[in-house]
Amino acid sequence: MSDQEEDIILSELNDEELVQQMHDDLYDGLAEEIEEGVNILLERGWQPYNVLTDALVGGMTIVGVDFRDGILFVPEVLLAANAMKTGMAILKPLLAETGAPRMGKMVIGTVKGDIHDIGKNLVSMMMEGAGFEVVDIGINNAVEAYLEALEKEEPDILGMSALLTTTMPYMKVVIDTLVEKGIRDDYTVLVGGAPLNEEFGKAIGADGYCRDAAVAVETAKDFMSRKHNQIAAG
Amino acid sequence: MTDALTKLMNERDWLMADGATGTTLFNMGLVSGDAPELWNVDKPDNIRALYRGPVDAGSDIFLTNTFGGNASRLKLHDAQDRVGELNRVGAELAREVADASGRTVIVAGSVGPTGDIMEPMGSLTFDSAVEMFHEQAEGLKEGGADVLWVETISAPEEYKAAARAAELAGMPWCGTMSFDTAGRTMMGVTSADLAKMVESLPNPPLAFGANCGVGAADLLRTVLGFAAQGSERPIIAKGNAGIPQYVDGHIHYDGTPELMADYAVLARDCGAKIIGGCCGTTPEHLRSMREALEARPASGTRPTLDQISEAIGGFSSASDGTGDDAGQPARRTRRRRG
Repeated sequence: MSDQEEDIILSELNDEELVQQMHDDLYDGLAEEIEEGVNILLERGWQPYNVLTDALVGGMTIVGVDFRDGILFVPEVLLAANAMKTGMAILKPLLAETGAPRMGKMVIGTVKGDIHDIGKNLVSMMMEGAGFEVVDIGINNAVEAYLEALEKEEPDILGMSALLTTTMPYMKVVIDTLVEKGIRDDYTVLVGGAPLNEEFGKAIGADGYCRDAAVAVETAKDFMSRKHNQIAAG
Repeated sequence: MTDALTKLMNERDWLMADGATGTTLFNMGLVSGDAPELWNVDKPDNIRALYRGPVDAGSDIFLTNTFGGNASRLKLHDAQDRVGELNRVGAELAREVADASGRTVIVAGSVGPTGDIMEPMGSLTFDSAVEMFHEQAEGLKEGGADVLWVETISAPEEYKAAARAAELAGMPWCGTMSFDTAGRTMMGVTSADLAKMVESLPNPPLAFGANCGVGAADLLRTVLGFAAQGSERPIIAKGNAGIPQYVDGHIHYDGTPELMADYAVLARDCGAKIIGGCCGTTPEHLRSMREALEARPASGTRPTLDQISEAIGGFSSASDGTGDDAGQPARRTRRRRG
Protein backbone atom coordinates (compact mmCIF):
# COMPACT_ATOMS: atom_id res chain seq x y z
CA MET A 1 0.00 0.00 0.00
CA SER A 2 1.46 3.31 -1.04
CA ASP A 3 1.48 6.39 1.13
CA GLN A 4 0.95 8.58 -1.86
CA GLU A 5 -2.56 7.53 -2.66
CA GLU A 6 -4.75 9.70 -4.73
CA ASP A 7 -7.40 11.65 -2.88
CA ILE A 8 -10.55 9.63 -2.71
CA ILE A 9 -13.52 11.54 -4.05
CA LEU A 10 -16.48 10.08 -2.15
CA SER A 11 -19.02 10.98 -4.81
CA GLU A 12 -17.06 9.04 -7.44
CA LEU A 13 -17.25 5.76 -5.51
CA ASN A 14 -19.97 3.27 -6.25
CA ASP A 15 -22.36 2.39 -3.42
CA GLU A 16 -20.41 -0.59 -2.20
CA GLU A 17 -17.08 1.24 -2.21
CA LEU A 18 -18.60 4.24 -0.53
CA VAL A 19 -20.04 2.18 2.31
CA GLN A 20 -16.61 0.55 2.78
CA GLN A 21 -14.99 3.95 2.78
CA MET A 22 -17.49 5.21 5.36
CA HIS A 23 -16.61 2.28 7.60
CA ASP A 24 -12.97 3.34 7.33
CA ASP A 25 -13.82 6.99 7.94
CA LEU A 26 -15.86 6.12 11.03
CA TYR A 27 -12.93 4.05 12.26
CA ASP A 28 -10.75 7.13 11.84
CA GLY A 29 -13.33 9.41 13.42
CA LEU A 30 -13.68 11.65 10.37
CA ALA A 31 -16.93 13.52 11.01
CA GLU A 32 -16.97 15.65 7.85
CA GLU A 33 -16.46 12.66 5.59
CA ILE A 34 -19.28 10.81 7.34
CA GLU A 35 -21.60 13.74 6.89
CA GLU A 36 -20.71 13.88 3.21
CA GLY A 37 -21.10 10.13 2.78
CA VAL A 38 -24.55 10.07 4.41
CA ASN A 39 -25.73 12.89 2.16
CA ILE A 40 -24.44 11.17 -0.97
CA LEU A 41 -26.23 7.91 -0.13
CA LEU A 42 -29.46 9.79 0.58
CA GLU A 43 -29.13 11.66 -2.73
CA ARG A 44 -28.73 8.33 -4.47
CA GLY A 45 -32.12 7.38 -3.12
CA TRP A 46 -31.06 5.16 -0.22
CA GLN A 47 -33.58 4.63 2.55
CA PRO A 48 -32.45 6.42 5.73
CA TYR A 49 -32.74 3.13 7.61
CA ASN A 50 -30.35 1.42 5.21
CA VAL A 51 -27.85 4.27 5.49
CA LEU A 52 -28.00 3.86 9.25
CA THR A 53 -27.58 0.10 9.34
CA ASP A 54 -25.22 -0.54 6.43
CA ALA A 55 -22.96 2.48 6.58
CA LEU A 56 -23.02 3.72 10.17
CA VAL A 57 -23.94 0.76 12.38
CA GLY A 58 -21.82 -1.50 10.21
CA GLY A 59 -18.83 0.78 10.74
CA MET A 60 -19.38 1.19 14.45
CA THR A 61 -19.57 -2.58 14.83
CA ILE A 62 -15.98 -2.81 13.60
CA VAL A 63 -14.98 -0.06 16.04
CA GLY A 64 -16.74 -1.94 18.85
CA VAL A 65 -15.02 -5.22 18.07
CA ASP A 66 -11.58 -3.62 18.03
CA PHE A 67 -12.36 -1.78 21.27
CA ARG A 68 -13.39 -5.06 22.88
CA ASP A 69 -10.21 -6.71 21.65
CA GLY A 70 -7.94 -4.00 23.05
CA ILE A 71 -6.91 -2.62 19.66
CA LEU A 72 -8.76 0.67 19.94
CA PHE A 73 -9.09 2.63 23.17
CA VAL A 74 -11.38 5.29 24.57
CA PRO A 75 -10.00 8.24 22.58
CA GLU A 76 -10.50 6.52 19.22
CA VAL A 77 -13.96 5.33 20.21
CA LEU A 78 -14.98 8.83 21.26
CA LEU A 79 -13.84 10.23 17.92
CA ALA A 80 -15.67 7.49 16.02
CA ALA A 81 -18.83 8.05 18.07
CA ASN A 82 -18.60 11.74 17.37
CA ALA A 83 -18.42 11.08 13.63
CA MET A 84 -21.36 8.70 13.97
CA LYS A 85 -23.33 11.42 15.72
CA THR A 86 -22.78 13.79 12.81
CA GLY A 87 -24.34 11.24 10.50
CA MET A 88 -27.17 10.49 12.94
CA ALA A 89 -28.06 14.16 13.15
CA ILE A 90 -28.98 14.02 9.46
CA LEU A 91 -30.74 10.67 9.66
CA LYS A 92 -32.73 11.08 12.88
CA PRO A 93 -35.56 13.28 11.53
CA LEU A 94 -35.73 11.19 8.35
CA LEU A 95 -35.95 7.95 10.30
CA ALA A 96 -38.84 9.32 12.33
CA GLU A 97 -40.65 10.43 9.13
CA THR A 98 -40.21 7.10 7.40
CA GLY A 99 -41.26 5.06 10.43
CA ALA A 100 -38.14 2.92 10.22
CA PRO A 101 -37.93 -0.14 12.46
CA ARG A 102 -36.40 0.47 15.89
CA MET A 103 -33.44 -1.44 17.24
CA GLY A 104 -34.64 -0.89 20.78
CA LYS A 105 -34.63 1.70 23.50
CA MET A 106 -32.50 1.98 26.61
CA VAL A 107 -32.66 4.07 29.75
CA ILE A 108 -29.23 4.38 31.32
CA GLY A 109 -27.86 6.05 34.43
CA THR A 110 -25.16 5.88 37.09
CA VAL A 111 -26.53 4.75 40.46
CA LYS A 112 -27.10 6.79 43.59
CA GLY A 113 -23.98 7.95 45.35
CA ASP A 114 -21.86 7.62 42.23
CA ILE A 115 -20.86 10.61 40.17
CA HIS A 116 -18.79 8.87 37.52
CA ASP A 117 -19.95 9.08 33.96
CA ILE A 118 -17.22 8.33 31.43
CA GLY A 119 -18.06 4.63 31.16
CA LYS A 120 -21.77 5.29 31.04
CA ASN A 121 -21.34 7.91 28.33
CA LEU A 122 -19.27 5.50 26.32
CA VAL A 123 -22.01 2.88 26.55
CA SER A 124 -24.60 5.48 25.49
CA MET A 125 -22.55 6.43 22.46
CA MET A 126 -21.85 2.86 21.39
CA MET A 127 -25.52 1.95 21.85
CA GLU A 128 -26.53 4.91 19.73
CA GLY A 129 -23.86 3.84 17.30
CA ALA A 130 -25.59 0.49 17.09
CA GLY A 131 -28.88 2.21 16.30
CA PHE A 132 -30.50 2.08 19.72
CA GLU A 133 -32.43 4.98 21.13
CA VAL A 134 -30.78 5.97 24.41
CA VAL A 135 -32.18 8.07 27.23
CA ASP A 136 -29.35 9.05 29.57
CA ILE A 137 -30.60 10.07 33.01
CA GLY A 138 -27.15 11.08 34.24
CA ILE A 139 -25.34 10.40 37.50
CA ASN A 140 -26.35 9.83 41.12
CA ASN A 141 -29.77 8.27 40.41
CA ALA A 142 -31.98 7.10 43.26
CA VAL A 143 -34.39 4.26 42.61
CA GLU A 144 -37.21 6.78 42.16
CA ALA A 145 -35.37 8.40 39.27
CA TYR A 146 -35.01 5.05 37.52
CA LEU A 147 -38.69 4.23 38.08
CA GLU A 148 -39.79 7.58 36.74
CA ALA A 149 -37.67 7.22 33.62
CA LEU A 150 -38.86 3.66 33.02
CA GLU A 151 -42.47 4.74 33.25
CA LYS A 152 -42.02 7.74 31.03
CA GLU A 153 -39.74 6.26 28.39
CA GLU A 154 -40.99 2.66 28.28
CA PRO A 155 -37.58 1.31 27.23
CA ASP A 156 -36.68 -2.28 26.43
CA ILE A 157 -33.49 -2.11 28.42
CA LEU A 158 -32.41 -0.60 31.71
CA GLY A 159 -28.69 0.05 32.02
CA MET A 160 -27.03 0.82 35.34
CA SER A 161 -23.44 1.90 35.89
CA ALA A 162 -21.23 2.21 38.99
CA LEU A 163 -17.52 2.84 39.35
CA LEU A 164 -17.27 2.41 43.10
CA THR A 165 -17.38 -0.73 45.18
CA THR A 166 -19.45 1.26 47.66
CA THR A 167 -22.13 2.18 45.14
CA MET A 168 -22.44 -1.01 43.11
CA PRO A 169 -24.66 -2.72 45.73
CA TYR A 170 -27.28 -0.04 45.01
CA MET A 171 -27.99 -1.79 41.72
CA LYS A 172 -29.57 -4.54 43.74
CA VAL A 173 -31.80 -2.01 45.49
CA VAL A 174 -33.12 -0.90 42.11
CA ILE A 175 -33.64 -4.45 40.85
CA ASP A 176 -35.33 -5.51 44.10
CA THR A 177 -37.69 -2.57 43.79
CA LEU A 178 -38.58 -3.59 40.23
CA VAL A 179 -39.33 -7.09 41.49
CA GLU A 180 -41.48 -5.72 44.32
CA LYS A 181 -43.49 -3.65 41.89
CA GLY A 182 -43.93 -6.64 39.61
CA ILE A 183 -42.27 -4.93 36.65
CA ARG A 184 -38.87 -6.61 36.71
CA ASP A 185 -39.62 -8.79 33.70
CA ASP A 186 -40.75 -5.83 31.61
CA TYR A 187 -37.11 -4.86 31.09
CA THR A 188 -33.77 -6.35 30.28
CA VAL A 189 -31.46 -5.12 33.02
CA LEU A 190 -27.80 -4.71 32.06
CA VAL A 191 -25.13 -3.58 34.52
CA GLY A 192 -21.55 -2.47 34.12
CA GLY A 193 -18.65 -0.62 35.74
CA ALA A 194 -15.01 -1.21 36.54
CA PRO A 195 -15.35 -3.08 39.86
CA LEU A 196 -18.22 -5.33 38.70
CA ASN A 197 -18.00 -8.85 37.39
CA GLU A 198 -20.16 -11.65 36.07
CA GLU A 199 -20.81 -13.14 39.50
CA PHE A 200 -21.92 -9.81 40.87
CA GLY A 201 -24.36 -9.36 38.00
CA LYS A 202 -25.85 -12.77 38.71
CA ALA A 203 -25.90 -12.21 42.48
CA ILE A 204 -28.00 -9.07 42.21
CA GLY A 205 -30.39 -10.49 39.61
CA ALA A 206 -29.36 -8.54 36.51
CA ASP A 207 -29.88 -10.08 33.07
CA GLY A 208 -26.36 -9.34 32.04
CA TYR A 209 -23.04 -7.94 33.14
CA CYS A 210 -21.24 -6.00 30.42
CA ARG A 211 -17.48 -5.76 30.72
CA ASP A 212 -17.24 -2.78 28.40
CA ALA A 213 -19.27 -0.69 26.00
CA ALA A 214 -18.76 -3.07 23.09
CA VAL A 215 -19.97 -6.01 25.15
CA ALA A 216 -22.94 -3.91 26.25
CA VAL A 217 -23.97 -3.47 22.62
CA GLU A 218 -23.55 -7.18 21.82
CA THR A 219 -25.51 -8.15 24.91
CA ALA A 220 -28.27 -5.66 24.16
CA LYS A 221 -28.59 -6.89 20.58
CA ASP A 222 -28.69 -10.45 21.80
CA PHE A 223 -31.51 -9.74 24.23
CA MET A 224 -33.46 -7.75 21.63
CA SER A 225 -33.32 -10.57 19.11
CA ARG A 226 -34.46 -13.04 21.76
CA LYS A 227 -37.33 -10.71 22.56
CA HIS A 228 -38.30 -10.48 18.91
CA ASN A 229 -38.12 -14.25 18.56
CA GLN A 230 -40.39 -14.66 21.56
CA ILE A 231 -42.89 -12.25 20.08
CA ALA A 232 -42.71 -14.06 16.76
CA ALA A 233 -43.15 -17.42 18.46
CA GLY A 234 -45.90 -16.15 20.75
CA MET B 1 17.63 22.35 49.30
CA THR B 2 16.87 18.70 48.69
CA ASP B 3 13.22 17.83 49.20
CA ALA B 4 12.21 15.40 51.95
CA LEU B 5 11.22 12.56 49.64
CA THR B 6 14.45 12.66 47.64
CA LYS B 7 16.40 12.66 50.89
CA LEU B 8 14.55 9.65 52.19
CA MET B 9 14.92 7.82 48.87
CA ASN B 10 18.67 8.44 49.01
CA GLU B 11 18.86 6.89 52.46
CA ARG B 12 16.77 3.82 51.80
CA ASP B 13 16.53 0.96 49.27
CA TRP B 14 12.73 0.92 49.38
CA LEU B 15 9.93 2.96 50.92
CA MET B 16 6.45 1.90 51.87
CA ALA B 17 3.52 4.06 50.84
CA ASP B 18 -0.03 3.80 52.19
CA GLY B 19 -3.17 1.88 51.25
CA ALA B 20 -6.82 2.70 50.69
CA THR B 21 -8.46 5.98 51.57
CA GLY B 22 -12.01 5.49 50.35
CA THR B 23 -12.40 2.03 51.89
CA THR B 24 -11.39 3.42 55.29
CA LEU B 25 -13.61 6.50 55.12
CA PHE B 26 -16.66 4.49 54.12
CA ASN B 27 -16.08 2.26 57.12
CA MET B 28 -16.20 5.43 59.23
CA GLY B 29 -19.60 6.29 57.83
CA LEU B 30 -18.90 8.40 54.78
CA VAL B 31 -21.90 8.08 52.51
CA SER B 32 -21.37 7.12 48.90
CA GLY B 33 -21.56 10.13 46.68
CA ASP B 34 -20.48 12.61 49.35
CA ALA B 35 -17.16 14.33 48.81
CA PRO B 36 -14.55 12.82 51.17
CA GLU B 37 -12.64 16.12 50.99
CA LEU B 38 -15.40 17.92 52.91
CA TRP B 39 -14.52 15.81 55.94
CA ASN B 40 -11.15 17.55 56.17
CA VAL B 41 -13.09 20.49 57.59
CA ASP B 42 -16.26 18.82 58.90
CA LYS B 43 -14.78 15.72 60.57
CA PRO B 44 -11.09 16.37 61.13
CA ASP B 45 -10.79 13.68 63.80
CA ASN B 46 -11.88 11.04 61.31
CA ILE B 47 -9.27 12.27 58.87
CA ARG B 48 -6.58 12.21 61.56
CA ALA B 49 -7.60 8.60 62.31
CA LEU B 50 -7.45 7.80 58.58
CA TYR B 51 -3.90 9.20 58.41
CA ARG B 52 -2.74 7.41 61.56
CA GLY B 53 -3.67 4.04 60.04
CA PRO B 54 -0.77 3.84 57.58
CA VAL B 55 1.61 5.82 59.81
CA ASP B 56 1.10 3.37 62.68
CA ALA B 57 1.40 0.45 60.27
CA GLY B 58 4.85 1.60 59.15
CA SER B 59 4.23 3.58 55.97
CA ASP B 60 7.00 6.02 55.03
CA ILE B 61 4.68 7.98 52.78
CA PHE B 62 0.96 8.61 53.05
CA LEU B 63 -1.48 10.49 50.86
CA THR B 64 -3.73 13.35 51.88
CA ASN B 65 -7.50 13.09 51.65
CA THR B 66 -7.63 15.37 48.62
CA PHE B 67 -7.93 12.97 45.68
CA GLY B 68 -11.06 14.67 44.33
CA GLY B 69 -9.99 18.11 45.50
CA ASN B 70 -9.94 19.84 42.11
CA ALA B 71 -12.53 22.37 40.99
CA SER B 72 -14.08 20.05 38.43
CA ARG B 73 -14.74 17.25 40.91
CA LEU B 74 -15.75 19.53 43.78
CA LYS B 75 -18.21 21.28 41.49
CA LEU B 76 -20.36 18.14 41.67
CA HIS B 77 -20.79 18.94 45.35
CA ASP B 78 -21.08 22.66 44.76
CA ALA B 79 -17.76 23.11 46.58
CA GLN B 80 -15.70 24.37 43.64
CA ASP B 81 -14.95 27.58 45.56
CA ARG B 82 -13.34 25.65 48.40
CA VAL B 83 -10.42 24.07 46.53
CA GLY B 84 -7.74 26.03 48.38
CA GLU B 85 -9.27 25.53 51.82
CA LEU B 86 -10.05 21.80 51.54
CA ASN B 87 -6.60 20.97 50.20
CA ARG B 88 -4.78 23.15 52.70
CA VAL B 89 -6.63 21.65 55.67
CA GLY B 90 -6.21 18.12 54.29
CA ALA B 91 -2.45 18.69 54.17
CA GLU B 92 -2.30 20.44 57.55
CA LEU B 93 -3.93 17.50 59.31
CA ALA B 94 -1.51 15.17 57.55
CA ARG B 95 1.48 17.29 58.54
CA GLU B 96 0.33 17.16 62.14
CA VAL B 97 0.07 13.35 62.12
CA ALA B 98 3.37 12.93 60.26
CA ASP B 99 5.26 15.25 62.60
CA ALA B 100 3.89 13.49 65.68
CA SER B 101 5.14 10.10 64.47
CA GLY B 102 8.69 10.54 65.74
CA ARG B 103 10.24 9.48 62.42
CA THR B 104 10.41 10.84 58.91
CA VAL B 105 7.06 10.35 57.25
CA ILE B 106 6.37 12.02 53.92
CA VAL B 107 3.10 13.88 53.42
CA ALA B 108 2.09 13.35 49.80
CA GLY B 109 -0.60 15.71 48.55
CA SER B 110 -3.00 13.53 46.58
CA VAL B 111 -4.10 14.91 43.22
CA GLY B 112 -6.60 12.77 41.30
CA PRO B 113 -7.95 13.21 37.78
CA THR B 114 -10.38 15.96 36.85
CA GLY B 115 -12.87 13.38 35.59
CA ASP B 116 -13.20 15.32 32.35
CA ILE B 117 -12.04 14.16 28.96
CA MET B 118 -9.44 16.30 27.28
CA GLU B 119 -9.53 17.85 23.84
CA PRO B 120 -10.08 16.95 21.07
CA MET B 121 -12.31 14.09 22.27
CA GLY B 122 -13.68 15.98 25.23
CA SER B 123 -14.06 19.53 26.42
CA LEU B 124 -11.17 19.95 28.85
CA THR B 125 -8.32 22.09 27.51
CA PHE B 126 -4.72 21.64 28.58
CA ASP B 127 -4.62 25.14 30.05
CA SER B 128 -7.73 24.71 32.16
CA ALA B 129 -6.41 21.37 33.45
CA VAL B 130 -3.16 23.09 34.44
CA GLU B 131 -5.12 25.84 36.14
CA MET B 132 -7.21 23.39 38.17
CA PHE B 133 -4.23 21.29 39.24
CA HIS B 134 -2.24 24.41 40.07
CA GLU B 135 -5.01 25.77 42.30
CA GLN B 136 -5.07 22.45 44.16
CA ALA B 137 -1.28 22.29 44.38
CA GLU B 138 -1.05 25.70 46.00
CA GLY B 139 -3.50 24.60 48.72
CA LEU B 140 -1.53 21.42 49.39
CA LYS B 141 1.73 23.36 49.49
CA GLU B 142 0.32 25.89 51.94
CA GLY B 143 -0.89 23.06 54.17
CA GLY B 144 2.61 21.61 54.34
CA ALA B 145 2.63 18.70 51.88
CA ASP B 146 6.18 17.51 51.09
CA VAL B 147 5.37 16.41 47.57
CA LEU B 148 2.44 16.37 45.14
CA TRP B 149 1.16 12.89 44.42
CA VAL B 150 -0.69 12.73 41.12
CA GLU B 151 -2.55 9.42 40.77
CA THR B 152 -5.07 7.33 38.83
CA ILE B 153 -4.46 9.33 35.66
CA SER B 154 -5.36 7.74 32.33
CA ALA B 155 -4.71 10.45 29.70
CA PRO B 156 -1.15 11.49 28.80
CA GLU B 157 -2.16 15.14 28.41
CA GLU B 158 -3.65 15.21 31.89
CA TYR B 159 -0.41 13.78 33.30
CA LYS B 160 1.52 16.51 31.50
CA ALA B 161 -0.87 19.16 32.81
CA ALA B 162 -0.20 17.99 36.35
CA ALA B 163 3.55 18.17 35.71
CA ARG B 164 3.18 21.75 34.55
CA ALA B 165 1.03 22.62 37.61
CA ALA B 166 3.70 21.21 39.93
CA GLU B 167 6.25 23.37 38.18
CA LEU B 168 4.09 26.47 38.60
CA ALA B 169 3.62 25.69 42.28
CA GLY B 170 7.32 24.99 42.74
CA MET B 171 6.57 21.56 44.24
CA PRO B 172 8.36 18.25 43.71
CA TRP B 173 5.92 15.64 42.43
CA CYS B 174 5.29 11.97 41.78
CA GLY B 175 2.79 10.67 39.25
CA THR B 176 1.11 7.33 38.69
CA MET B 177 -1.36 6.17 36.08
CA SER B 178 -4.02 3.50 36.37
CA PHE B 179 -3.58 0.62 33.95
CA ASP B 180 -6.98 -1.03 33.98
CA THR B 181 -7.82 -1.85 30.35
CA ALA B 182 -6.00 -4.87 28.94
CA GLY B 183 -2.84 -3.73 30.71
CA ARG B 184 -3.15 -0.16 29.43
CA THR B 185 -4.83 2.94 30.79
CA MET B 186 -8.37 3.65 29.71
CA MET B 187 -6.89 6.00 27.12
CA GLY B 188 -4.60 3.30 25.73
CA VAL B 189 -1.28 4.26 27.38
CA THR B 190 1.09 1.30 27.93
CA SER B 191 3.65 0.99 30.71
CA ALA B 192 6.37 1.58 28.11
CA ASP B 193 4.57 4.72 26.87
CA LEU B 194 4.50 6.21 30.37
CA ALA B 195 8.14 5.39 31.08
CA LYS B 196 9.13 7.14 27.86
CA MET B 197 6.80 10.09 28.33
CA VAL B 198 8.10 10.77 31.84
CA GLU B 199 11.64 11.24 30.51
CA SER B 200 10.41 13.69 27.89
CA LEU B 201 8.78 16.06 30.39
CA PRO B 202 10.40 19.43 31.07
CA ASN B 203 9.58 18.90 34.75
CA PRO B 204 9.86 15.14 35.32
CA PRO B 205 8.51 13.55 38.52
CA LEU B 206 10.72 12.30 41.36
CA ALA B 207 9.15 8.91 40.83
CA PHE B 208 6.51 7.48 38.51
CA GLY B 209 4.47 4.34 38.39
CA ALA B 210 1.09 2.65 38.60
CA ASN B 211 -1.77 2.62 41.06
CA CYS B 212 -5.18 0.95 41.33
CA GLY B 213 -6.08 -0.82 38.06
CA VAL B 214 -7.25 -4.41 38.20
CA GLY B 215 -5.47 -6.75 40.62
CA ALA B 216 -2.05 -6.94 42.24
CA ALA B 217 -0.74 -9.28 39.51
CA ASP B 218 -1.60 -6.90 36.65
CA LEU B 219 0.06 -4.08 38.52
CA LEU B 220 3.31 -6.02 38.81
CA ARG B 221 3.29 -6.79 35.10
CA THR B 222 3.03 -3.02 34.55
CA VAL B 223 6.00 -2.43 36.88
CA LEU B 224 8.02 -4.96 34.88
CA GLY B 225 7.06 -2.97 31.79
CA PHE B 226 8.44 0.24 33.33
CA ALA B 227 11.64 -1.47 34.40
CA ALA B 228 12.14 -2.93 30.93
CA GLN B 229 12.50 0.61 29.60
CA GLY B 230 15.68 0.88 31.65
CA SER B 231 14.68 4.04 33.49
CA GLU B 232 16.80 5.00 36.49
CA ARG B 233 13.87 6.98 37.86
CA PRO B 234 12.32 5.40 40.97
CA ILE B 235 9.19 3.34 40.25
CA ILE B 236 6.01 3.39 42.34
CA ALA B 237 3.75 0.34 42.78
CA LYS B 238 0.40 0.88 44.48
CA GLY B 239 -1.85 -2.04 43.68
CA ASN B 240 -5.30 -3.02 44.89
CA ALA B 241 -5.68 -5.71 47.52
CA GLY B 242 -6.95 -8.25 45.02
CA ILE B 243 -10.25 -8.05 43.20
CA PRO B 244 -13.52 -6.83 44.71
CA GLN B 245 -16.02 -9.56 45.51
CA TYR B 246 -19.67 -9.23 46.43
CA VAL B 247 -20.38 -11.13 49.64
CA ASP B 248 -23.68 -10.87 51.52
CA GLY B 249 -24.47 -7.39 50.31
CA HIS B 250 -20.99 -6.06 50.98
CA ILE B 251 -17.94 -5.56 48.85
CA HIS B 252 -14.87 -7.33 49.99
CA TYR B 253 -11.43 -7.36 48.39
CA ASP B 254 -10.11 -10.89 48.13
CA GLY B 255 -6.46 -9.99 48.74
CA THR B 256 -5.34 -11.22 52.16
CA PRO B 257 -2.55 -9.58 54.18
CA GLU B 258 -0.39 -12.60 53.24
CA LEU B 259 -1.04 -12.06 49.55
CA MET B 260 -0.21 -8.37 49.83
CA ALA B 261 3.01 -9.27 51.65
CA ASP B 262 3.99 -11.46 48.70
CA TYR B 263 2.93 -8.68 46.33
CA ALA B 264 5.11 -6.14 48.16
CA VAL B 265 8.23 -8.31 48.00
CA LEU B 266 7.57 -9.16 44.35
CA ALA B 267 7.02 -5.47 43.56
CA ARG B 268 10.46 -4.71 44.93
CA ASP B 269 11.95 -7.56 42.88
CA CYS B 270 10.17 -6.19 39.80
CA GLY B 271 12.03 -2.94 40.27
CA ALA B 272 9.70 -0.77 42.36
CA LYS B 273 11.26 1.49 44.98
CA ILE B 274 8.06 2.89 46.50
CA ILE B 275 5.59 0.16 47.36
CA GLY B 276 2.09 0.58 48.70
CA GLY B 277 -1.50 -0.51 48.21
CA CYS B 278 -4.63 1.05 46.83
CA CYS B 279 -8.31 0.07 47.12
CA GLY B 280 -9.00 -2.53 49.81
CA THR B 281 -5.56 -2.18 51.41
CA THR B 282 -6.07 -1.75 55.17
CA PRO B 283 -3.49 -0.99 57.87
CA GLU B 284 -3.48 -4.72 58.58
CA HIS B 285 -2.36 -5.37 55.01
CA LEU B 286 0.26 -2.63 55.32
CA ARG B 287 1.71 -4.11 58.53
CA SER B 288 2.15 -7.44 56.86
CA MET B 289 3.71 -5.78 53.79
CA ARG B 290 6.16 -3.86 55.96
CA GLU B 291 7.15 -7.01 57.87
CA ALA B 292 7.73 -8.89 54.64
CA LEU B 293 9.79 -6.11 53.06
CA GLU B 294 12.00 -6.01 56.16
CA ALA B 295 12.25 -9.73 56.78
CA ARG B 296 12.67 -11.08 53.26
CA PRO B 297 15.76 -10.12 51.31
CA ALA B 298 15.48 -8.63 47.84
CA SER B 299 16.08 -11.46 45.37
CA GLY B 300 18.14 -9.42 42.91
CA THR B 301 16.41 -11.00 39.93
CA ARG B 302 13.16 -9.92 38.35
CA PRO B 303 10.34 -12.43 38.71
CA THR B 304 8.84 -13.88 35.53
CA LEU B 305 5.16 -13.44 34.71
CA ASP B 306 4.67 -17.10 35.59
CA GLN B 307 6.22 -16.62 39.00
CA ILE B 308 3.95 -13.62 39.61
CA SER B 309 0.76 -15.40 38.62
CA GLU B 310 1.76 -18.45 40.63
CA ALA B 311 2.31 -16.34 43.75
CA ILE B 312 -0.54 -13.85 43.63
CA GLY B 313 -2.91 -14.82 40.82
CA GLY B 314 -3.41 -14.50 37.09
CA PHE B 315 -3.62 -11.54 34.75
CA SER B 316 -6.75 -9.89 33.40
CA SER B 317 -5.54 -9.97 29.79
CA ALA B 318 -3.08 -12.04 27.78
CA SER B 319 -1.01 -9.06 26.66
CA ASP B 320 -0.38 -5.56 27.97
CA GLY B 321 0.76 -4.11 24.67
CA THR B 322 4.48 -4.09 25.45
CA GLY B 323 7.56 -6.22 24.89
CA ASP B 324 7.39 -9.16 22.52
CA ASP B 325 3.65 -8.65 22.23
CA ALA B 326 4.04 -5.09 21.05
CA GLY B 327 3.24 -6.34 17.56
CA GLN B 328 -0.32 -6.84 18.89
CA PRO B 329 -3.22 -7.09 16.54
CA ALA B 330 -2.79 -3.89 14.60
CA ARG B 331 -5.41 -1.36 13.75
CA ARG B 332 -7.15 -2.16 10.54
CA THR B 333 -5.27 -1.05 7.51
CA ARG B 334 -7.43 1.17 5.45
CA ARG B 335 -7.57 3.49 2.57
CA ARG B 336 -6.80 7.05 3.37
CA ARG B 337 -8.10 10.12 1.82
CA GLY B 338 -5.20 12.24 0.71
